[in-house]
Amino acid sequence: MFKIVRREEMSDGTVVLNDIEAPKIARKAKPGQFVILKANETGERIPLTMAETDPEKGTITVIYQVVGKSTALFKTLQVGDGYQDVIGPLGKATHIEKLGNVVCVGGGTGIAVLHPITRALKEIGNHVTCIIGARTKDLLILEDRMQAASHELHVCTDDGSYGHHGFVTDVLKKVLEKGDVQQVVAIGPVPMMKFVSLMTKQYNVPTLVSLNPIMVDGTGMCGGCRVSVGGKTKFACVDGPEFDGHQVDYDELMQRLQAYCEDEKACYNDFCIIRDSQ
Amino acid sequence: MAEAANQKSTKEKIPRVPMPEQEPEVRRRNFLEVPTGYTQEMAMQEAKRCLQCKKPGCATGCPVGIDIPGFIQLIKEGEFTKSIRHIWQKNSLPAVCGRVCPQEIQCEGMCILAKKGDPVAIGNLERFAADWERANGSGELPPKAAATGKKVAVVGSGPAGLTVAGDLIVKGHDVTVFEAFHKSGGVLVYGIPEFRLPKEIVAQEVHFLERLGVKVECNAVVGRTVTIDELFEEGYQAIFIGVGAGLPVLLDIPGKNLIGIYSANEYLTRSNLMKAYLFPEYDTPIIKGKHVVTLGAGNVAMDSARTALRLGAETSRIVYRRSRVEVPARTAEVHHAEQEGVEFFFLAAPTRFLGNDKGRVIGMECRKMELGEPDASGRRRPVPIKDSEFELECDLVIVAVGTGANPILTQSTEGLALNKWGYIQVDEKTGKTTKKGVWAGGDIVTGSATVILAMGAGRIASQSMHDYLTLGW
Repeated sequence: MFKIVRREEMSDGTVVLNDIEAPKIARKAKPGQFVILKANETGERIPLTMAETDPEKGTITVIYQVVGKSTALFKTLQVGDGYQDVIGPLGKATHIEKLGNVVCVGGGTGIAVLHPITRALKEIGNHVTCIIGARTKDLLILEDRMQAASHELHVCTDDGSYGHHGFVTDVLKKVLEKGDVQQVVAIGPVPMMKFVSLMTKQYNVPTLVSLNPIMVDGTGMCGGCRVSVGGKTKFACVDGPEFDGHQVDYDELMQRLQAYCEDEKACYNDFCIIRDSQ
Repeated sequence: MAEAANQKSTKEKIPRVPMPEQEPEVRRRNFLEVPTGYTQEMAMQEAKRCLQCKKPGCATGCPVGIDIPGFIQLIKEGEFTKSIRHIWQKNSLPAVCGRVCPQEIQCEGMCILAKKGDPVAIGNLERFAADWERANGSGELPPKAAATGKKVAVVGSGPAGLTVAGDLIVKGHDVTVFEAFHKSGGVLVYGIPEFRLPKEIVAQEVHFLERLGVKVECNAVVGRTVTIDELFEEGYQAIFIGVGAGLPVLLDIPGKNLIGIYSANEYLTRSNLMKAYLFPEYDTPIIKGKHVVTLGAGNVAMDSARTALRLGAETSRIVYRRSRVEVPARTAEVHHAEQEGVEFFFLAAPTRFLGNDKGRVIGMECRKMELGEPDASGRRRPVPIKDSEFELECDLVIVAVGTGANPILTQSTEGLALNKWGYIQVDEKTGKTTKKGVWAGGDIVTGSATVILAMGAGRIASQSMHDYLTLGW
């Protein structure tokens, strides 16, 4: 069993942080890599990118939003409880290079994934501008950590309850207009990554995105996580999860993410009914 | 002489005892085993048919060299415990082999009775001995040699890896098996469905090895969590790679990424390993099509098409680009599939998949084929017939056209020579790779084949590994 040693709830309980004891994974993991977690015997295998790793303590950190049964089940796990199975580190590590000026754009829980990459880009000597956004102030996570991980932080909310009133792309446009940006990294909901990439393409700025298709094994044996990049089929679990943002077929990804929506809704409803009746 | 001839003719007159099976109409909707197994009386009756040949053809047909007449004689005498121990001398997974081996092209195919009639039902008898032991056995373990102090790492807990582990543990070595999935068994657990090989049986076979002292570490992806070189640094002295051919082959035709198009690996992993056939009792979902098409005609395709029926399909069709003659699946599995209602469309291949506005597959356009000259595989090449397009309605497509070499381990291991397809090159006689201290066997060497061939490769490698650990490279 992989024990939870620290647990934090954010955004009114809709987002949960777990520090999990996984020394072998913590020792090897690099920014951008993910793990697959399975709570118990009947549970699903789901991927979550690591937000943090501590090789000395032997722990990894995941931050997830409760969106369905599996994440709701994870939320019931307390400190001292654990996941039956945690597998990793999986995926290719982010390619971190000193390029000059980089812009890191994060949306929702994508900010958790963006954090270690942002920090690594700053540590290697880039000038890092960070733009993070959420629907509303309560859903904005890790503001302090992103502040520390960058040279300049901009915050947006869709409803204007905090920071700039609008989308991350509004702020991004202003930054791109100033010119001299060598790379953009964008991690968040698929529509966000799509629109950031469409924008950066106009300014010819290379862009990395981290994709989140449905996965089962995470080691390239099933093809369930396949995405189209530059017209070719790639597996997000072994070729990614990061890809050239200008080459990704986002519409296909958004469609494939709907594959089990009926079953997912039914499952989550049943889980909530049982949970709330106890 | 006359007496022997009389005995022979008497034995020849006993017809092969049929294996009791669930009725097709019943079993096509459940996941219970199709063949339900011999009773003691049936087993002893079938055992009488064996002529106890002095030069048994059956034993030469067995990739792991079981003394077949030997164990059959013991069943005939009612000595079931002795019989299973006799099998264990050569085969550590008899409950599995008795169920999934292609006996018809191995032991039974070489049986002298097969020349004029039905061979001895060797597979059914092996299964009987293993099942009897599981139900009634004392649990006594085979003897182990004294500890050698040598550490062995086995990568992959499929049939090749489990065979190596079983062989080396009884020779006194310290053995750890590393498995990438959360459950051990490899293809025995993710690939072969419950109705052909119950997972409880695989778990018990693995548990048997654990009782002998084999350590099994799941959730360990060698090539990610730890590398081969790191295993050497940790003190392992010999390493066997039995990771299988776990790379799905998908078709590169329009519509290939529509929802409802699965590789057979994904479909079967969801159903068998994640137990999606028990959804929602188990959380992993699986698309349950009404009109299902499976592309390919190997054992994996049969497993997929038959699983689809059990998951409620109204029609389950196999579309294969060659003819019935070239079908690679076991005849028994094709037979079971047809009995259950799987329809076969031969000499047809898809040209594109059709989808609706929600990105879900609703049909498949196919073209008729004819067979031309043999290709590189030796089989006649399918050639498309012009203007022969037709459409098949389908809301689930399973692509079961073969698998390739998953590079996750080979790419991260220096010094391991691969062939142009990414499979590991080995010395056939020893299983040695080009990397010192590393052996390999099974599908990662040969491409996708069978459980028993993987076990045979494991047997060869384990002997070489033992020699190395006791004598040197």
